[in-house]
Amino acid sequence: MSETQSNATTDLCIEIRNMNKWYGDFHVLKNINLAVTRGEKIVICGPSGSGKSTMIRCINRLEEHQEGDIIVDGTELTNDLKNIDAVRREVGMVFQHFNLFPHLTVLENCTLAPIWVRKVPKAEAEATAMEFLERVKIPEQANKYPGQLSGGQQQRVAIARSLCMRPNIMLFDEPTSALDPEMIKEVLDTMVSLAEEGITMLCVTHEMGFAKKVADRVIFMDEGEIIESNTPHEFFDNPQHDRTKLFLSQILGH
Amino acid sequence: MTKETYAPGTHPSLPPPKNTVGVIYWLKENLFSSATNSIVTLVSIYLLYLALPSAINWLFIDATYVGTTRKDCAPGGACLAFIVERFNLFVYGFYPAELRWRVNLATLLLVVAGAAVLWDKIPARKQMLKFAMVYPFIGAWLLTGGFGLEPVSTHLFGGLMLTLIIGVTGIVFSLPLGILLALGRQSDLPIIKYFCVGFIEFIRGVPLITLLFVASTMLSYFLPPGTTFDLLMRVLIMVTLFASAYMAEVIRGGLQALPKGQLEAAESLGLNYGQAMRFIILPQALKISIPGIVNTFIGLYKDSTLVIVIGLLDPLGIGRASVADSAWLGLSTEVYLFVAVFFFISCFGMARYSLYLENKLNTGHKR
Repeated sequence: MSETQSNATTDLCIEIRNMNKWYGDFHVLKNINLAVTRGEKIVICGPSGSGKSTMIRCINRLEEHQEGDIIVDGTELTNDLKNIDAVRREVGMVFQHFNLFPHLTVLENCTLAPIWVRKVPKAEAEATAMEFLERVKIPEQANKYPGQLSGGQQQRVAIARSLCMRPNIMLFDEPTSALDPEMIKEVLDTMVSLAEEGITMLCVTHEMGFAKKVADRVIFMDEGEIIESNTPHEFFDNPQHDRTKLFLSQILGH
Repeated sequence: MTKETYAPGTHPSLPPPKNTVGVIYWLKENLFSSATNSIVTLVSIYLLYLALPSAINWLFIDATYVGTTRKDCAPGGACLAFIVERFNLFVYGFYPAELRWRVNLATLLLVVAGAAVLWDKIPARKQMLKFAMVYPFIGAWLLTGGFGLEPVSTHLFGGLMLTLIIGVTGIVFSLPLGILLALGRQSDLPIIKYFCVGFIEFIRGVPLITLLFVASTMLSYFLPPGTTFDLLMRVLIMVTLFASAYMAEVIRGGLQALPKGQLEAAESLGLNYGQAMRFIILPQALKISIPGIVNTFIGLYKDSTLVIVIGLLDPLGIGRASVADSAWLGLSTEVYLFVAVFFFISCFGMARYSLYLENKLNTGHKR
């Protein structure tokens, strides 16, 4: 790992060592090494098909890796279901297509997991849920169904739903890619305020403004490899690799 | 037509134009919207005019309701006296007359239990559902007797009662079994998966009549000698297994229609497999499958008439036997009409209930 991160006092939150993954014969992730310290905000970018989503989905085992180690909060991800459940309890995830449960109200979406996974009493879970819905500024929608909300509101509910489990780590998988331009800002604002509270965040996104504003580190991936990993300042102003330069020129050039 | 003008940004929402609402508009739009449509409407009205009066005459006005033989019936009308006379046979089969109150009570309790399951606004639903859980045992006890009640052999069961027993048992047990088979078919464990696939494909590949024959004859070869296994019980098991294979495939369709993200979201929240299925996947998959599930129920209900081939007398069987009665020759129209009406009412009821359920579970948008 980069030397700046590896001093002994640093509290490692996620550690990925020599991780490889294949879909059939296709080598999607090639020798991934990544260490994330507690409270760090990481933005992952790269062209489509570069393995960014697959990588963060490995962190909560929505995808299985075939080689190497992934250690999340001290728990190693193996085939042991207990470990997988333990990691998933501590890691929240927000998806591109929200994936809210359409047959449950917003409030039920937010309380289901705390009640059944964390065994929180219903009243307490509802109070917590209302608190987080207020945080994402839609408490008045609590008793509606997801289908009655706009895309931006749905994504904010999805963020609140994850937060209700009080995770240590939040994974964002292109959270604004499916949104209308008008709604991107409301979701990004929510994410910025979350970042300011010090939660560990890994975010796959093409919102470079967001990266500049909150990221401690920007990671660029291409063809299953981490090509470059640097502070936003260095990454945008002084990219090291040609592939990174090309990518930046393409997404910033219009 | 003069239009009001509004400054940009101040246009209010106005009611729709007058000529697009009301009865006249509906008639115009639905019955007389084009020349072809108008002709079809008029021809239909004419055909109804030809057919309806004589049908009503035959069925109601000229019909005979009371009588003891065919000769009591007026020649031009339906001889419903026959149905009235044999009504108890159609309903109870050969169930002993003095014990029929037990069938009535079981039916009444079935309505209560059914209401608790089907209608969620019923008062004290939790207690009612507990009752519904034990109802199968109460019902079986009331019908067959034992434990203080005079035993009644299932050979005497027949008529509508038999149809209801087969239909309700099949429906109640094939749904959970179908869900298990559908989930099993998607299992990662090869043993479970291939057992479910094999079971479903075998049952679907064999006609129900064959299975019923197996139930009535061959099962006794497989079972240890000396075991007596009630014929009706065998039929119930076969019908349930048969319906559950179809049910499994209907539900699998619903499971596959769900976006993958639903399971991923459930898993990423830490729900285990059982919780994800119970709270997230099955409620949605079953909702999508309602038309197919009810379709299977209706098929099963009507297939119960096939038990006639192994000598059980459902309404159709009793109808066939009755038609042969020398005192009442030539009444097949009335008998089969009666049986048809009975089946139609039950099946139409199921269809309407499924529509009600679909509407109730609709939460606005698909995703």
